[in-house]
Amino acid sequence: METKPDNKKLIYRLCIAVAFMFGFGFALVPLYDVFCQITGINGRVVVNASEDELQTVDESRLVTVEFITRIANGNNMTFEALTKRVQLHPGQLSEVAFTVKNPSDVQAYAQAIPSVSPGQASLFLNKTECFCFQQQELEANETVTYPMKFYLDRDLPHSISLLTVSYTLYKVGTGAVVSVSQEGKRNVESL
Amino acid sequence: MTTLVQEQDDHDEHHAIPTGIKRWLYTTNHKDIGTLYLWFAFIMFLIGGAMAMVIRAELFQPGLQIVEPHFFNQMTTVHGLIMVFGAVMPAFTGLANWMIPLMIGAPDMALPRMNNLSFWILPFAFLILLMSLFMEGGGPAFGWTFYAPLSTTYSGDSTALFVFSVHIMGISSIMGAINVIVTIWNMRAPGMTWMKMPLFVWTWFITAFLLIAVMPVLAGVVTMVLTDKFFGTSFFDAAGGGDPVMFQHIFWFFGHPEVYIMILPAFGVISAIVPTFSRKKLFGYSSMVYATASIALLSFVVWAHHMFTTGMPVFGELFFMYCTMLISVPTGVKVFNWVATMWRGSISYEVPMLFAIAFIILFTIGGFSGLMLAITPADFQYHDTYFVVAHFHYVLVTGAIFSIIAGTYYWLPKWTGVMYDVTLARAHFWCSLISVNLLFFPMHFVGLAGMPRRIPDYSIQFADFNQWISIGGFAFGLSQLIFLALLIKACRKKGKPVDTQVWEGAEGLEWQVPSPAPYHTFDKPPEIK
Repeated sequence: METKPDNKKLIYRLCIAVAFMFGFGFALVPLYDVFCQITGINGRVVVNASEDELQTVDESRLVTVEFITRIANGNNMTFEALTKRVQLHPGQLSEVAFTVKNPSDVQAYAQAIPSVSPGQASLFLNKTECFCFQQQELEANETVTYPMKFYLDRDLPHSISLLTVSYTLYKVGTGAVVSVSQEGKRNVESL
Repeated sequence: MTTLVQEQDDHDEHHAIPTGIKRWLYTTNHKDIGTLYLWFAFIMFLIGGAMAMVIRAELFQPGLQIVEPHFFNQMTTVHGLIMVFGAVMPAFTGLANWMIPLMIGAPDMALPRMNNLSFWILPFAFLILLMSLFMEGGGPAFGWTFYAPLSTTYSGDSTALFVFSVHIMGISSIMGAINVIVTIWNMRAPGMTWMKMPLFVWTWFITAFLLIAVMPVLAGVVTMVLTDKFFGTSFFDAAGGGDPVMFQHIFWFFGHPEVYIMILPAFGVISAIVPTFSRKKLFGYSSMVYATASIALLSFVVWAHHMFTTGMPVFGELFFMYCTMLISVPTGVKVFNWVATMWRGSISYEVPMLFAIAFIILFTIGGFSGLMLAITPADFQYHDTYFVVAHFHYVLVTGAIFSIIAGTYYWLPKWTGVMYDVTLARAHFWCSLISVNLLFFPMHFVGLAGMPRRIPDYSIQFADFNQWISIGGFAFGLSQLIFLALLIKACRKKGKPVDTQVWEGAEGLEWQVPSPAPYHTFDKPPEIK
């Protein structure tokens, strides 16, 4: 049976729909990232703030911030939060520290990826200085202590009184410079 | 609904049909391709079922007895993949190929050569998948949902074969869907208006759009898994800026419409059978059409109910909970309409009707457990337990598969021209009905008590129930051999010849062609009043 011309038109349209949906599957990746940036739902927003923008301190409430560390699989470094827990007022600048040790005999690069729980709170965690902003270079057998400075935004919802900040340290290569991951450089203000 | 006034000329005399294997390899005939799809689906059903037997044998007792945990994981994974993509979906495509042209008065499918291609790539897809089980390191073992990082970081090299086989299955489904849409859109007989189409045609039409919308997304997500695993991308790897939770979002964006792909044609089959054996018109035809369309649309906004425990914000959990519950409204409309069709009908209990009634009751049970799972706070307890396994086996086995069996018993006499062995068919029904409930009903209880799914071992307190479940499983598996025997007998034309009408109460164009349906039908379009 010969294909009627109206068949061809319909087939053409359906093939476009298939191609569009294949593209849409991939478009979900940046869409997901944008959606998470705006809503903070996956807790991975990194707010890169400046100390010049410091707000007045809201002394009416105290918020607890906990720090936990994790080593990704396949990474032999040790990684520890020197301060496990701080209590502070929103708007108040605080400094904590982490140590990373590279036990191997070769130079290595590490990237820390933060995750905040509850996820929404990540939008209000303003970091002025963080080792997670870029990859860190560690010489053979070197131990480095990194400071991390942050303050909580005064707009932090009142329902949140406890934040847990988790860092996972990934080894991103040895001996060679690897391009900086995007996530570490994200900046909410630039959106 | 429709009557046909046409003299049936002798259709078999048109041109020579190649014989032997060539007939099946080269065929572009919708009936041959439908038969191929149905037999392929049945063989896959038996292979996937054999894997389920391995799972149930291992779970017969607590502790590890028969298989290694890694092999157990491969069995659960491949069982799921084969049953979803190899049994249920091809079986419905087979029914569509056979019945849609007959139901709308078309001589064949619109794109017969593509039809041949879309079938013949399928055996290769499953050959690749099954062969991967024999590779070093074994086949896919990450569950049919292949969550990252299980499928990216922790999987074996056979993942590449898994990805390619899913690609081929996807291409096959998409081609099948395009064919169905073009056929229904352009090849309806004169007078077959949209709202005169049988519901099986309607449900398949909507299903085909779902397939076109989501199968490409599945192809995309398996491609991402492939590049993450082998080419160093970081779609789902947090170290490179990706997010493993995003995998679940993309997968379930495909996955939830997929479950409706597997049940909407079932609704069509049941909507054909129930009026026939109630000797009444289907109650609420147009509401059935609109309910099917609403279910299809809603299926795109409920995907994250599979992910309540991933730490979504409360707003998201509530949104997905309410949208999910909303689906029970159009589904309820359907169940109500089937029951209303039977109400005060002169019902007779032929085998297709037995399966259809079992479908209505047991699918509704599956729907209710689905509603329980939709309740966000409750889902935290049910998540990843045997309660979920019980739920989706009620909707897929006693739902989708029972409807396929019901449809087969309903149309088989039309296909073969002989009435199948009714004694065997009744034995098949009662054995299946009892064993399937013994198999899946206790799973609700072990699930509520906390038995996790996908684990080869369990706590001692679940031992009795699991023994019953396994016995039910073996019995259900053996019952399907009765079906196999019956089908072989019917295909060899052993039985009483049937007339054109076959079932006294049946309506529709497919009952206007002779039995067995000639190789070519409706060369001249029928007149529809």
